[in-house]
Order: sequence, then structure tokens, then C-alpha cells
Amino acid sequence: MSEGNQQEFSLPLLRVGDRAEIARLVDAYSTNIYRLALKMLANPQDAEDVLQNTFLKAIQALPKFEGRSSLSTWLYRIAANEALMTLRRRKPEIEFSPTIDAIESEELALNEFTNWCCLPEGDLISSEAQSYLDQAIQELSEKLRVVFILRDIEKLSIRETSEALGLTETTVKTRLLRARLKLRELLSVYYGERLGTEKI
Amino acid sequence: MKKEVNCGEFLESLSDYVDGILGDALCKEIENHMADCEDCRIVVDTLKKTIYLYHETASKTTIPLGVRERLFRSLDLDDFIQKGNLLENDVTF
Repeated sequence: MSEGNQQEFSLPLLRVGDRAEIARLVDAYSTNIYRLALKMLANPQDAEDVLQNTFLKAIQALPKFEGRSSLSTWLYRIAANEALMTLRRRKPEIEFSPTIDAIESEELALNEFTNWCCLPEGDLISSEAQSYLDQAIQELSEKLRVVFILRDIEKLSIRETSEALGLTETTVKTRLLRARLKLRELLSVYYGERLGTEKI
Repeated sequence: MKKEVNCGEFLESLSDYVDGILGDALCKEIENHMADCEDCRIVVDTLKKTIYLYHETASKTTIPLGVRERLFRSLDLDDFIQKGNLLENDVTF
């Protein structure tokens, strides 16, 4: 589970709208939700809108929250839906695109076998490299991207990711593998070029 | 030919392997295969590094102060903006 939920919250207080408890909840998860939105949308203004809408909706729904999933998984679920709706508003045709589901039946491609792990940490996480990481994640379809963000960036378990997205664990695992392999390929091309430069 | 089949099987189990949740028997088979297959060793190492880099760089992203302030105002929680700063260590990771 992500690191943001180390604190415990009183559900009875949250359900009756206790403002101090709600403020504590917002403070504990606002970074996680903002980060999810930013990685999904690559646009700070859209990410801020998703952040605000997520907590507005959560606060409205708290009186009916039954606690079947954890608070954090529930918040991620609201936020993921908000982010996906924002993406669909940007590109309404995406919902009808046959290419999205086709991704899951694609061959798992492995074409890059450069070992770039030995690059110095400074090269791996330079500001240019970080921009590339952000660019590469946007090349994933939204369905693969949201799974990768929840599992590998926010560190939710497979089960929590499946709960947050309303998917089976098998689907989460399938999408996660494709997302990871695609990003590994993209990063291998990028860092492979840096490796070539280092050797010259 | 045998090597290709092993590489294919390896690929399907790759996520479970890097997550450390693969059963012992299959794990052992994969490690035996990797001992003879440099490409698969590279795939595992670079895949682990890919996951590490995304988590590591993203974990430095924290909510900007202005965004946090506007969030609290939009939720009618203005009076908790300052108080929340005391919790900063809990939400910065």
C-alpha cells in the first residue's frame, strides 16, 4: 500500500462530517491523488481539477461509505474515475476506439536487450531523463497507464488496484505486464543511447 | 528452439517474478533459465530498474503549496490550511 496512509481515521467522525477529521484525511492523501492525476493527465491544471473534484465527491459520499474497501483504495477509485473522465472529455472518440482493447491481445514484444542498469544514478534520474519518463508513460494507453501508476508508482497491491479500478486481478496483472514491458522497451532505447554516448 | 520456448514462458511470469510472488518451483526454473540466457537476465534487470525509476522519481513529487491551499479553500476547509502544515512530514515521501 502507498505510504500516505500510515495514519488512522475515525469513520464515525468522517461520516458525520467532522471538519478537522476531514482536513486530516485530505492532508494525508492530497499528494497521492495529485500525483496520480498528474501522471495520468500530464497537465497541472487538469490534475488540480481532478484533485478538487475527487475530494468534493468523497466528502459528499462519506456519510454512505461502508468501509468495504480501505479509505485510500476508495479515494484512488474516485480519482481514477475522475482522471479517466477528463481524458474522455478531451478525446471522446477514445471510448469507441477498437485499438484500446486490441492492446491486450498484442504480442508481448521484447526487442531491446541493452543493459543500461550500469549508468550512473545521475544519468538515470537527470532532469532530462525525468522528462523522458513522463513522456514515455503518456505513450501507454489510458487503461495500461492507470494500472501502472496505481501498482508501480503508488504501490497499491494487485488486489487494491483491482478494487480501485473495478477490474479482476487477472486483468490487472495482464495490463501491468504490458505496461511494464512497454516502458522497459522505451527506456531501453533512451538509456541505450546515453550508454552509447558514455562509451565514446 | 528449446531456449525460445523457455524465454516465452519466462515472459508470461515476468511480473510475478520481479514482484517476488512466483511459486518456488517456477522461480527456480526461471533462475536456471536465466543462468544460461543473458537476454533474459538483462530484461529482468532493466525491468526492475524501470519500476524503481518511476517510483523513485515520482515519490519526490509532492503537492505544491498553492495547489494545496486552493484545495482546502475549495472544500471550505480554509481554517485548516495552517494546521495541516504541521502534518507535512506525514504526507511527504
